[in-house]
Amino acid sequence: MRRSLTALAPQLITLAALVALVSVFFPGFVEIRLIDGRMVGPIIDILKRGAPVALLAIGMTLVIATRGIDLSVGTVMAICGAVAAWSIDKGLGLGGAVALAIAAGLVAGLWNGTLVAIIGIQPIVATLILMTAGRGIAQLITEGRILTFTHDGFSWFGSGTFLTVPVPAVIWVVTGITVALLMRRTALGLLVESIGINRRASALAGINATVLLIAVYMASGLCAALAGIITAADIRGADANNAGLWLELDAILAVVIGGNSLLGGRFSVAASLLGAMIIQTIDTGILLAGFPSEYNLVIKAALVLVILVLQSPRMAAEWTTWRAARREPKPAGRVQEDAQ
Amino acid sequence: MTLKTLLSAAAALAITAGVGQAQTVGFSQIGSESGWRAAETTLTKQQAEERGIDLRFSDAQQRQENQIAAIRSFVAQGVDAILLAPVVATGWDSVLEEAKEAEIPVVLLDRQVDSPDDLYLTAVGSDLVHEGKVAGEWLANTVKGEDCRVVELQGTTGSSPAIDRKTGFEQGIEGHDNIEIVRSQTGDFTRAQGKEVMESFLQAENGGQDICALYAHNDDMAVGAIQAIKEAGLQPGEDILVVSIDAVPDIFKAMAAGEANATVELTPNMAGPAFDALEAYWKDGTVPPKFIQTDSKLYTPADDPQGEYESRKDLGY
Repeated sequence: MRRSLTALAPQLITLAALVALVSVFFPGFVEIRLIDGRMVGPIIDILKRGAPVALLAIGMTLVIATRGIDLSVGTVMAICGAVAAWSIDKGLGLGGAVALAIAAGLVAGLWNGTLVAIIGIQPIVATLILMTAGRGIAQLITEGRILTFTHDGFSWFGSGTFLTVPVPAVIWVVTGITVALLMRRTALGLLVESIGINRRASALAGINATVLLIAVYMASGLCAALAGIITAADIRGADANNAGLWLELDAILAVVIGGNSLLGGRFSVAASLLGAMIIQTIDTGILLAGFPSEYNLVIKAALVLVILVLQSPRMAAEWTTWRAARREPKPAGRVQEDAQ
Repeated sequence: MTLKTLLSAAAALAITAGVGQAQTVGFSQIGSESGWRAAETTLTKQQAEERGIDLRFSDAQQRQENQIAAIRSFVAQGVDAILLAPVVATGWDSVLEEAKEAEIPVVLLDRQVDSPDDLYLTAVGSDLVHEGKVAGEWLANTVKGEDCRVVELQGTTGSSPAIDRKTGFEQGIEGHDNIEIVRSQTGDFTRAQGKEVMESFLQAENGGQDICALYAHNDDMAVGAIQAIKEAGLQPGEDILVVSIDAVPDIFKAMAAGEANATVELTPNMAGPAFDALEAYWKDGTVPPKFIQTDSKLYTPADDPQGEYESRKDLGY
């Protein structure tokens, strides 16, 4: 426990610093009130609004750990949302809508996984196909309209509460914990990492890399389906043009802010989730601070840049050097560190 | 001389023959990127049918080269007029000249082009600034002299509807010092963003207690914001007035439920005024003005929102 907290320290410190920064512009930032049996406050909003990116980041972490990337997740969200709205519209009910949406996500993942693992197309290209074509599929399902529905049971996934906590937040936290436990309490995580480090070697060592790769892309599709359900339930409609638009990039950013390498190998789901919360804190913070909207993206970019620079290996090396120099202020120690 | 007489006689014959028969009009549509555009296509087809015009429809799938090809084929078919909803503003000169040489009048729908205005008969469109102004004036008349803190959901930052609708609204509330825009953020014209940004407005303005009205640059953002207001435990339409622009079916549904107060129509019926102008032109050569502005009609709960919803829901929005 202690060790994992140390590993997450950069992300936790960043998040705390951001919360402090936003509190300067918006003093009531950390206040949480209880209204009508639901928790209300900016922090709760962040946990709720960050759900789609957090869910996508869970799947993306696994894919990136295999040295892959999944650009299609935003589009898969749109497809799954469209499927869910269509099912409700056709009267298939809550169970049918959720099952079909999740099935759509899994099929999308199977498609990506097959292209990558069996046909051998590079992940960035393989998933780009669905990223571009998928919005067309979603539009075919919704017939180019925003497909709206009224169904209180389904809306619960977007705006309901579970023990006073917004449901989207519960979904991503539970999914995150489940995936993390599955990866770390079994050998699965190790196998995923080994594929990312060297797929050939792991195949030679007896790992069924092909099946595992497909499974990882399907997991990513499943996460995208959950995110799509939340988004559709939130606005009580499927917006094929805009649901999940560019969210794949936010998900990749979350993984990177979480300190995971795009070159695959070691990964941490918890760190990626913290990355997603960091991004959402920036987004919500900008909205609350009340800057003109022309500055939104500039502020976000500047903050992300600062975070990434502070987390870069170079800065980490400098930090270690500085600490070592402080501990034993001998010039010899410094030279030794620099030589590495 | 004889040849010229012969030709003009032939032309006169062709025209007289044409008047008796149905006129043929080619329509080059951008595509169907939004519900509004789908409704525009549906209404254009309806209008043509009602007037007994033979409409040749071409969907360009958002590509200018497809539109240019469509116009060339309309010219080759010798249609009586061409309707063009241009996907971009530039690059139309040569193909419009071809149509002009063939003496086929071209009417622009909904968007403008950068070509000289003698290359087309007229352009039908709405005035985005005026739309915003109508919304602003409605708010000023509704709150009368009471203090009103307004939050604004802007369209996509930098897009012309966002800029113009913002300017127009500010013109509409000019001189009413009791009305103040306290927060203004982009909601990207989408429902999801509209809802998310409204949530932050509500947080920032004392749980929404300090907000008197919401002005959204389109109905979709307003629909998203209405949900956010409801989830914050307030009554949209009463605790917070909601005014927006476009008049899509879903805002009428909200209005019928008492959750929205006003919307300004961006009519998808651009073809109606276009056909009116064309019919006058065919009849006695009346040249219409270069820009025909469509109405920016204000709808409130007094205008039978349920009926408006029913009449619009099948237009393809």
